[in-house]
Amino acid sequence: MSSHAVTADHDSHAHHDPNLQHHFAEMEQQFECSKIGMWLFLATEVLLFGGLFVGYGLMQGQHPEAFKSAHHHLDWRMGALNTIVLLVSSFTMVMAVWSAQTNNQKALIRNLILTIGCACTFMVVKYFEYSHKYHEGLLPGAFYSYTGPHQNAEFVFFSFYFMMTGLHGIHVTAGIVVLCYLLVQARKGAYNASYYTPIDLTGLYWHLVDLIWIYLFPLFYLIS
Amino acid sequence: MANTVTSSPTKTGTAPPHLNYLTENNTLKAWLTTVDHKRLGLMYLGAVMSFFFIAGALALLLRLELLTPKQDFMDSATYNKVFTLHGAIMVFLFIIPSVPAALGNFVLPLMLGAKDVAFPRLNLASFYVYCTGAVMALVAIIGGGVDTGWTFYTPYSTTTEGPVGLMAMAVFVLGFSSIFTGINFVATVHKLRAPGMGWFQLPLFVWGIYATALIQVLATPVLGITAVLMVMERAFHIGIFDARLGGDPVLFQHFFWFYSHPAVYIMILPGMAIISDIIPVFSKKTMFGYRAIGFSSVSIAFIGFLVWGHHMFTSGQSDLASAIFAFLTYLVAIPSGIKIWNWLATMYQGSIDLRTPMLYAMSFLLLFAIGGLTGLYLGAISVDIHLHDTYFVVAHFHYVMMGGTVIAFIGGIHYWWPKMFGKMYNEKLAAIACWLVFIGFNVTFLNQFMMGSQGMPRRYWTYLPEFQRYHVGSTIGSWILGFGLVMAAGVLLASLRKKEYDAGDNPWGARTMEWETVSPPITHNFEGQPVLRHGPYDFRVEPTPATVAGGRH
Repeated sequence: MSSHAVTADHDSHAHHDPNLQHHFAEMEQQFECSKIGMWLFLATEVLLFGGLFVGYGLMQGQHPEAFKSAHHHLDWRMGALNTIVLLVSSFTMVMAVWSAQTNNQKALIRNLILTIGCACTFMVVKYFEYSHKYHEGLLPGAFYSYTGPHQNAEFVFFSFYFMMTGLHGIHVTAGIVVLCYLLVQARKGAYNASYYTPIDLTGLYWHLVDLIWIYLFPLFYLIS
Repeated sequence: MANTVTSSPTKTGTAPPHLNYLTENNTLKAWLTTVDHKRLGLMYLGAVMSFFFIAGALALLLRLELLTPKQDFMDSATYNKVFTLHGAIMVFLFIIPSVPAALGNFVLPLMLGAKDVAFPRLNLASFYVYCTGAVMALVAIIGGGVDTGWTFYTPYSTTTEGPVGLMAMAVFVLGFSSIFTGINFVATVHKLRAPGMGWFQLPLFVWGIYATALIQVLATPVLGITAVLMVMERAFHIGIFDARLGGDPVLFQHFFWFYSHPAVYIMILPGMAIISDIIPVFSKKTMFGYRAIGFSSVSIAFIGFLVWGHHMFTSGQSDLASAIFAFLTYLVAIPSGIKIWNWLATMYQGSIDLRTPMLYAMSFLLLFAIGGLTGLYLGAISVDIHLHDTYFVVAHFHYVMMGGTVIAFIGGIHYWWPKMFGKMYNEKLAAIACWLVFIGFNVTFLNQFMMGSQGMPRRYWTYLPEFQRYHVGSTIGSWILGFGLVMAAGVLLASLRKKEYDAGDNPWGARTMEWETVSPPITHNFEGQPVLRHGPYDFRVEPTPATVAGGRH
């Protein structure tokens, strides 16, 4: 049947951007498609944490006094420091996207390094906080060995504290890995004004990680 | 010109073998690393059907044990494990991935005139994540089995022996496979439609899969975190679900059903989606109420998020909450009813062709109507208190899941089989198998409605002698059903032994785009970019091979 004869040769990509995948017609379509995918992924992240937030809210409602007294074991200055660190990293991330959009290779690399630096600082501060809890015996569940004055159900607070900040920490670590990969690619000159999708998408992810911390900080550190 | 070429809708002449997605680069390595949505669809199909077979065999064992009131060949612990495995495998490894991941993967890009899904590598990853979850589940089964039921209610699940944690992590991993598929499909429908194909020229299968994908994306993460919390509770006693430590076991039920009720619609919406495509093709009539069916899919998806509490009428939640959940549950009946009446109105005065896919579609209509209406009984609080945890519930959700989704799935396989493999099965035998499935199914589960309404509790391995006549009927029905399913599989597989592609490109005379390419399709689906020229159910125009936009590349 001759009707399948066509004028367009779908495999000739000679005149295409090398970053264009074969099933997209143009770069813009591919970029928008990736963005939709990322936003959906972020929606799943919100719901993943959402379950924990709801659980926290219910438990806090059942044991308000225990939660209040438990939160005094946390150092709000450490939490505030980490909040600032993450906010700065969000700013440097935005600058990294902007640098890529404006073809500023040097600034792109610099901003990626700054973002990674902030993320690592966050994890170091978190390490000091966790080790402090470890020495006090305020670990979750079966490892809870705190013997000082405390109320019943205080340890549920620490279950949530470690579950939520732990899951958030895993997300920060994953972000660091991805940012390092971007840095390596950026040094090879992989990103420019016509192709910066990975930078843009990682930026979206990074802002969400930041945003989740902005909710975690007052919920755990500032409830009195 | 291509526009004027017409072909007879029932053309079944043999075509010379052409290079297609099955034969091109046909090595094991190429299959295992493929990013082609069609190959991934077939791989999913093989995987889910294997698990359907395993879980079905377990069901036959359960029915055999229940043939007599006393113990026959299983003790109570074995019985608990077998029904848990039957449920968990059917839900997580078969039904949830069945239509979207197997048929959806194969058909969706073809229907849209696309070359692939939006993220082909994510699609491959999703298959391997599924395999990982399946292996974890199998290890849990071999490592002693799980006796919690597929719902994993605390505190039993956090205290019982056995690899419950591993099974829960398997569910977590399988959830990610489901999320990846969902993300892929939403992005594909948004961005990869053929030129000229607006939202209201989409085949209704696409609307249904789209609504399903939204639920997959928005509900599954909550199941994931619930599974993690349960594992943490088992491993470290974090106390969130433990009343002795200040936690709340009912919170687990809320979390679980917040996912698992929408998951019911992850299961049924794709079934409805298939039916919405089969009925107009075999009635040769434009879809009656196209927009109503499309929007009803989305509204079922939305309402589905608001009704989880109707699983918990006896859990001790407040009466006000129960009343609100009951009311919201009734709302689901409205979009479901809209669909049923529109399907019937499509068939009315149509030129109905009772071929095998249509037989399954009509079975679906009847079985789903029974399953859906008995759902209203269970949504009414006072009736539910009586029927809760009886065989009435078992019969209800089997009518919806098996009589609804699985029947539609099998119908869909019969419908798209000639496109997948280019070969037509023996229709007479396939129709007989369909009748056996229909009769066997009703004999199995109508009996369960009756014994459930008289008080036979679910999940019991022995029972009072007065229920025996129903159990005997149900067990005999399960044999007919099992035989029908095996026969259907045999008829389909036998067609693969044919040497030639005898099905033709468009054996049913359908008007959606997947029938405009060759059977089986070439690796890139279409020669160039096809353009939409008529609606998906526009039977006033003759079916034609794909027309192609010149110079889009």
